Amino acid sequence: MRELLTGLLAGLALLGAAAPAKAQVEIDITRGRTDPLPVAVPDYLAGSAEVSEVAGQITEVIEADLERSGLFAPIDERAFIQQLDSINVKPRFADWRAINARVLVAGEVEPLADGRVQVNTRLWDVTGNQQLGSIAFKTPRENWRRAAHKVADFVYSQLTGEEGYFDTRVVFVAETGPKEDRTKRLMIMDQDGANPQALTDGLNYDVLTPRFSPAGQQITYLALFENRPAQVYLFNIETGEQEALGTYRGMTFAPRFSPDGESVLFAVEQNGNSDVAVMDLRTRRLRTLTDNPAIDTSPSMSPDGGQITFASDRGGSQQIYVMDADGTNQRRITFGDGTYGTPVWSPRGDLIAFTRQYKSRFYIGVVRPDGTGERLLTESYLDEGPTWSPNGRVLMFHREERPGGPVSLYSIDLTGQNLRPVETPTEASDPAWSPPLK
Amino acid sequence: MMQTTLKRAGLAIALGALAACASTQGEDTDAPFEDGMDVARPMSDEGGSGMNTPVGPEPGSMEDLIESAGNRVYFGYNQYNLTNEGQATLARQAAWLKEYPEVRLRLIGNADERGTREYNLALGARRANAAKDYLVSLGIDPSRITTISYGKERPVDPRSTPEAWAKNRNATTMLVTTGV
Repeated sequence: MRELLTGLLAGLALLGAAAPAKAQVEIDITRGRTDPLPVAVPDYLAGSAEVSEVAGQITEVIEADLERSGLFAPIDERAFIQQLDSINVKPRFADWRAINARVLVAGEVEPLADGRVQVNTRLWDVTGNQQLGSIAFKTPRENWRRAAHKVADFVYSQLTGEEGYFDTRVVFVAETGPKEDRTKRLMIMDQDGANPQALTDGLNYDVLTPRFSPAGQQITYLALFENRPAQVYLFNIETGEQEALGTYRGMTFAPRFSPDGESVLFAVEQNGNSDVAVMDLRTRRLRTLTDNPAIDTSPSMSPDGGQITFASDRGGSQQIYVMDADGTNQRRITFGDGTYGTPVWSPRGDLIAFTRQYKSRFYIGVVRPDGTGERLLTESYLDEGPTWSPNGRVLMFHREERPGGPVSLYSIDLTGQNLRPVETPTEASDPAWSPPLK
Repeated sequence: MMQTTLKRAGLAIALGALAACASTQGEDTDAPFEDGMDVARPMSDEGGSGMNTPVGPEPGSMEDLIESAGNRVYFGYNQYNLTNEGQATLARQAAWLKEYPEVRLRLIGNADERGTREYNLALGARRANAAKDYLVSLGIDPSRITTISYGKERPVDPRSTPEAWAKNRNATTMLVTTGV
């Protein structure tokens, strides 16, 4: 737990000596949902009038993050009995217990001489009458959203023992125009839908299946051209530079970074047949891992780098397979009716998420790498392309709820609870969650 | 410019296909769509004679291929083997291509929306190559043909019905260099 916190808060100063409190409130996020934990988040105190607006905005984003996680139920501020004057005085715990709060997030925003702000937060267990932890950091004022997400991550990690996922971003495909001639652009936004920004213009090619590098600075995606085979591309978010990963006569598609970021796995099509391959990004050498007359595609490597899951129709219908990272020991792990596709390994290593199609419905599900424990989490006319939150607790995917309806993003907890729409400026598909931001 | 033209051409052909296939509603959803001739609209006389005399499309043109052979073959659900109708259409295409040896073509593989993007891209590539292989087996030089897959991204029929899906499972021939 301490190590987790140290990692999360790298570069941030802890406020005072956080007492090694034994929390009396804990959330077990591995079980089916019980009631969300009531949490009070009073407006952050403003150290001066000029930061009062940003203090209010930070409070709103923290509350929204906690609420959307499904694990917390923010209490309406109109119910509050105590009005905080300072976060450096113990709150009147009875006043917060009286409104059924379990935890209190008390914070303040102080202006700094250099124009930045300092955001201080204390997390109180109002049942155990003690401080659970505290966090403080300095940030440019325009960075207030990330500051709020970091506070929400802090609260989440303190109460669940898991890394938070609020200070992250999502890339996705923004879809506009009629279905038969649709423009598909690469877009990026914060995980809560804020700050959407187009990264490609959609003029010369469409973008499909974007995926983040583990360092978060690069994206690999499929460029779909009008008059030449689709190709896997690499895109640098900082510089905007993009390049094709090799030049092939056939199509390359379904890319995904290896967990160490040093290679990209994808499918290579030659004369109509698709096999799984891996390219070393330094040497640009391509190594083919499967050699099968069936369609092999959608590779995803385990977090320890030892194994690769992929989809293949070699058994008649498309199913999920696992092999060693060198291509040996290929074995089928799903045997259900219908078809399985887009397997993606959890960042925790314990599960593989997938798209399943059965009769006229699509499902997002998870299965253990040995093929046991399959669970379906969602169902609709079209649910496709799951992506994991960096802590492996939430899945995002795209959904076309009804035939011909709009396609949009949703998230759901691994427990199968807390299905939420994710707001995007246009119709959207193929979400990919970033690693935690640095 | 080129892209726009091609896109428009594709749309026009799609509309033609819709019109030509209106009579096939209600067939078994799993059966491949019956290969129709994609009928191009006859050109009208522009000479101002007052007579609306239809004439055939320009020989060696895309419209000529569509009228003479049909430019689209259809597949069963998750299938990439050619049907008898598909083979017949491709045989007509091969005969037409032999008349216009300068013609170069692109075979585009398409899939319906009932599958994942990544699988459908692979399936589209299979369909385009199945059509190419058949043309080559009939004596067409493979260097005249390129193949690409649009997966499920460019449906000719945007509807979400079994009939539309059947139309969207196809390999479509487009001319890169015409014989005009």
